[in-house]
Amino acid sequence: MSAKLNATNTLRVTRIASVKTENQTTKTYTFKDARCAKAKPGQFLMLWIPQIDEIPLSIMNTEGNSVSVTVKAVGDATRHLHNMKQGETIGVRGPFGNHFTQNNGNVLLVGGGTGTAPLLFLAKQLATKTKRLSFIIGAKTKNELLFLNQLDPLCTEQPVAATEDGTYGLKCLATQPLETLLAEEGKEKFKMVYACGPEAMTRQVFNLTEKHGVQMEASLERLMRCGIGLCGSCMIGKYRVCKDGPVFNSQQLREVKDELGISKLGFDGNRIPL
Amino acid sequence: MNSNPLSTRLAGLELRNPTALASGILGYSPESLQRIAEAGAGAVVTKSVGLTPRVGYPNPTVVQANCGIINAMGLPNPGIAEYASEIRYAKTVLTVPFIVSVYGYSAEEYAAVAKAAATAGADAVELNVSCPHVKETGSEIGQNPKLLTQVIRQVKAATSKPVIVKLSPNVTDIVEIAQAASAAGADALTAVNTVRAIAIDAETALPILSNTRGGLSGPAVKPIALRCVYDIYEKVKTPIIGCGGITTWKDAVEFILAGASAVQIGTALAQKNPAVFQTINRGITAYLKKKKYRSIKEIVGKAQRN
Repeated sequence: MSAKLNATNTLRVTRIASVKTENQTTKTYTFKDARCAKAKPGQFLMLWIPQIDEIPLSIMNTEGNSVSVTVKAVGDATRHLHNMKQGETIGVRGPFGNHFTQNNGNVLLVGGGTGTAPLLFLAKQLATKTKRLSFIIGAKTKNELLFLNQLDPLCTEQPVAATEDGTYGLKCLATQPLETLLAEEGKEKFKMVYACGPEAMTRQVFNLTEKHGVQMEASLERLMRCGIGLCGSCMIGKYRVCKDGPVFNSQQLREVKDELGISKLGFDGNRIPL
Repeated sequence: MNSNPLSTRLAGLELRNPTALASGILGYSPESLQRIAEAGAGAVVTKSVGLTPRVGYPNPTVVQANCGIINAMGLPNPGIAEYASEIRYAKTVLTVPFIVSVYGYSAEEYAAVAKAAATAGADAVELNVSCPHVKETGSEIGQNPKLLTQVIRQVKAATSKPVIVKLSPNVTDIVEIAQAASAAGADALTAVNTVRAIAIDAETALPILSNTRGGLSGPAVKPIALRCVYDIYEKVKTPIIGCGGITTWKDAVEFILAGASAVQIGTALAQKNPAVFQTINRGITAYLKKKKYRSIKEIVGKAQRN
């Protein structure tokens, strides 16, 4: 067993250093872990909640030896995590998976809900490299729009916000302003669109980038167990989301488009609709 | 005359090379099995499938040990009725022997699942009588020669396809179990499944796996698995498929020298990706050439002293 995998996959026990409430359903947890603090945007970690579960989470930020993850309470494990406080014990393995490539041309990031978290991490690194950095951020309602204040100074133009109920920004899905930006004339084309969010959104982003001939990378999510490419729980097409992904490019998304935004494997391996 | 030095015949199956995907790794989906075959595997074995769906255990289901991995997935599977359609599809795309791993809670269940798998197109079935972490199946059957005999006999009566029996190392005398399996009609024996193990976190003073106990795989178990193959080959005529920590071509060659006609690879896929099959096969080919053997068949059991 290679020393690197061994060390990356070894469970490290740490304590929650801080908890920040982002909105009623979402919190950001920060803790020390030297290994995950070296992660690249797009990678994920496995977080152990003792006696409850172990869940995959996208990395939202790293700073020094610290790493942050943003978690929405959606199930037993995440609800339990939401009740945990600073100083309580958690475990971590990782970082796992591939990462976004970092394009230094004109780029457009599209984030939906908590999918904005890894894109914020990416935007921080792209801000110093790209000519044009545009951001579309979508959510159901105003207070679910995450990280708008942090994104603003990283972008070369004001981020476009879209809410389904119109409580902030445009009243539409994030894909509507995307269509506008991809179709705009007289400007240099985007070199890359990065997307992370609900898979129905990602599917639409994929369809639009294909239509406009723009490359994209999307971070996908599936049920995961091992996180290291062994168990096959997170397959999409022939790919393991945990090891071959979680970031997939246009070429790979074409190969899995029968499943993208349509179905995933349940815990018993049966295909279930998304 | 066959010029491929790696080709081998086992339990009536023709393998283009002796490396197979071990059960439990990378799932059920025809796409992933095809990817493994394209990467160079000589055969593929599915994750174990039973009569009815099982969701398996909650996480943590995997924990890293020194030189190995401990897992307790809990036999998650979609059930044979649902999986049969995937078997039918897999059979149309796979060009290597396609082995379906089956488990049950009784001889009747093993037979029913095996029959359904064979009918749907499996080239052979591998009986999981050695899973160390689910009650009333797996190793609870494979540790008991009487029960094991009943299971194999009923499966043999239910299907004409080759029946491979995957043995547990968690027994006092694996040769006794191998002899029972052989006498009951097993066409090949896979040696071995994972070694029963546990991981404890000192900080929280808790076992890490949700199921508390699991099975150890990877390089840590290789010497144990190698000894099991050596011991079985000494006393039993049934062909053996070596399994346990095989990561390099040298590991594979050692298993063949101990008496294995083929090998299975699992945990190595975590660090080496599916290309591991090609790497190992190239290494075996180079070894045969260097040692002036024309076929791997010439070296099966060559390390045996008697």
